[in-house]
Amino acid sequence: MTALCDLSLTALSRALARGEHESSAATEACLARAADTKGLGAYLLIDAEGARRQAAAADLRCRAGQRLGPLDGVPLALKDIFLTAGLKTTCGSRILEDFVAPYDATVVRRLKDAGAVVLGKLSMDEFAMGSSNEHCAFGPAKNPWDPTRVPGGSSGGSAVAVASGSAFAALGTDTGGSIRQPAALCGVVGLKPTYGRVSRYGVIAFASSLDQVGPITKDVSDCALLLETIAGHDPKDSTSAPVLAASATEGLEAGVKGLKLGVPKEYFVAGIDPEVRTAVERAIATYAGLGADIVEVSLPHTEYAIATYYLIATAEASSNLARYDGVRFGLRRDPGRGVRDMYLQTRARGFGPEVKRRIVLGTYVLSAGYYEAYYDRAQKVRTLIRRDFAAAFAKADLLVTPTSPTPAFRLGARLADPLQMYLADIFTVGCNLAGIPGLSLPCGFANDGMPIGLQLLGPAWSEATLTRAGRAYEREHDWSRRRPPLARP
Amino acid sequence: MTTPKPPVQAEVLRIAALARLVLSDAEAEAMTPELAEILAHVAKLEEVDVTGVEATAHAVGFATPLRDDVSRPGLDLERALANAPERIGDGFGVPKILE
Repeated sequence: MTALCDLSLTALSRALARGEHESSAATEACLARAADTKGLGAYLLIDAEGARRQAAAADLRCRAGQRLGPLDGVPLALKDIFLTAGLKTTCGSRILEDFVAPYDATVVRRLKDAGAVVLGKLSMDEFAMGSSNEHCAFGPAKNPWDPTRVPGGSSGGSAVAVASGSAFAALGTDTGGSIRQPAALCGVVGLKPTYGRVSRYGVIAFASSLDQVGPITKDVSDCALLLETIAGHDPKDSTSAPVLAASATEGLEAGVKGLKLGVPKEYFVAGIDPEVRTAVERAIATYAGLGADIVEVSLPHTEYAIATYYLIATAEASSNLARYDGVRFGLRRDPGRGVRDMYLQTRARGFGPEVKRRIVLGTYVLSAGYYEAYYDRAQKVRTLIRRDFAAAFAKADLLVTPTSPTPAFRLGARLADPLQMYLADIFTVGCNLAGIPGLSLPCGFANDGMPIGLQLLGPAWSEATLTRAGRAYEREHDWSRRRPPLARP
Repeated sequence: MTTPKPPVQAEVLRIAALARLVLSDAEAEAMTPELAEILAHVAKLEEVDVTGVEATAHAVGFATPLRDDVSRPGLDLERALANAPERIGDGFGVPKILE
């Protein structure tokens, strides 16, 4: 028998609407699963009392025939980067260890207004800087398919919670792959929407020209549903776009017949794990069998994407993180030697090694004498990368690629070599540099049982096409319905 | 133009100080070769001809939106000060600024 918390969000939502299940029972099932899987480290904070109260209110509305919509009563959790009024929001950092958010992020407000139950806050790499969740100041999260391996990052806790059934879905953020890569490594679905599609008001900033909010879910239908709730213009975020994009839930089942899918040849080169390559090639064959036209495309500047990304992201981060100065919020360390020393000691104590590394790198590339060689040049190459995608989308509706060049690696395997960790983001950073949307969904398992992710990329505002194509593939396979062994009842 | 030489340890400490970070000797010793390795990779960008290419600051270009200049309620004083490490009256307390 399937435990209640192993249902998809969509299945639970229907069951709640029909009165077959109650939100309180679904919430208890998630809390129990979170307790059973505590060792995976998905949650930094569980608000059991608040969740029970919200679930009881949802049950009352449902019984009175006043259900607010498909998310009413659905238990969800949030990467700890989203401000949640009255709850600690740490961003995985010691510098915000005791920070209690004074207001709700717009996306949190939208979820609450839709009746969703907020279970708690999920683990992440400190300030979203990392690809393994090992840079969380409060300990790593672990992959539910094999707890000796990383779950990916930076939204690692979000992917772990969804894969192991301790939340029906989660919100993450994606600056260079931080939603898609952990989704791929944990065998769940993750969407990075178009830059500007989802409000970032109340989302702690890492790299402001790249950051975007998106769902991590058990399947593509759940992803479309959650996107519809969080997307849309927000006057409180000046980068939120006043664009009415097509609905991701309508036409979800329309299939891919006649859709042109581009395969970028530069994404199938040395360095890609053979099992990942085979799984992705099989997925492409599945699409061909469903009536999609497969065409080869070229993204010639792919080999420069990592360098471009890490210059721009660290430069922006060094500026964004200047606000953690021990004055208005967060940690303060003051040995009594004046304000400058207070800044130095506070930041030295509050930030972890990866954050310090990126602040120093970002400060260096922006400093006098180096700006032109590094930052200015990276912004120009970014233009060329955008043009690559524009040219590819002139030939193809969507692109099909691997999400990550390898399945989940062992905890600790890449910690000693930051550059190797960065290079693993090769297939995901282009999407952020170009501002386009990207979807990762499961496309098989390696021989050692670790999930493999397929990435679909589309032009700006094409989320509806992405989820339609993702759903068409998902109907052909049961990858999304497989759950890790720890989650079996 | 060519990419500058990677920073030596003293320069790493100087850059960190610009970012108001103090690094321990062990941190600076570890970070110096890591930065050198990352900057060596980044030097790849020298291969790209960017003559006449404009810079991209934001990928999806929207003009900065303007709203009507009317006052509206913001964060109230108590909530704004609730996370302050030091509060003095209705303001944030800071250590001595002038020596």
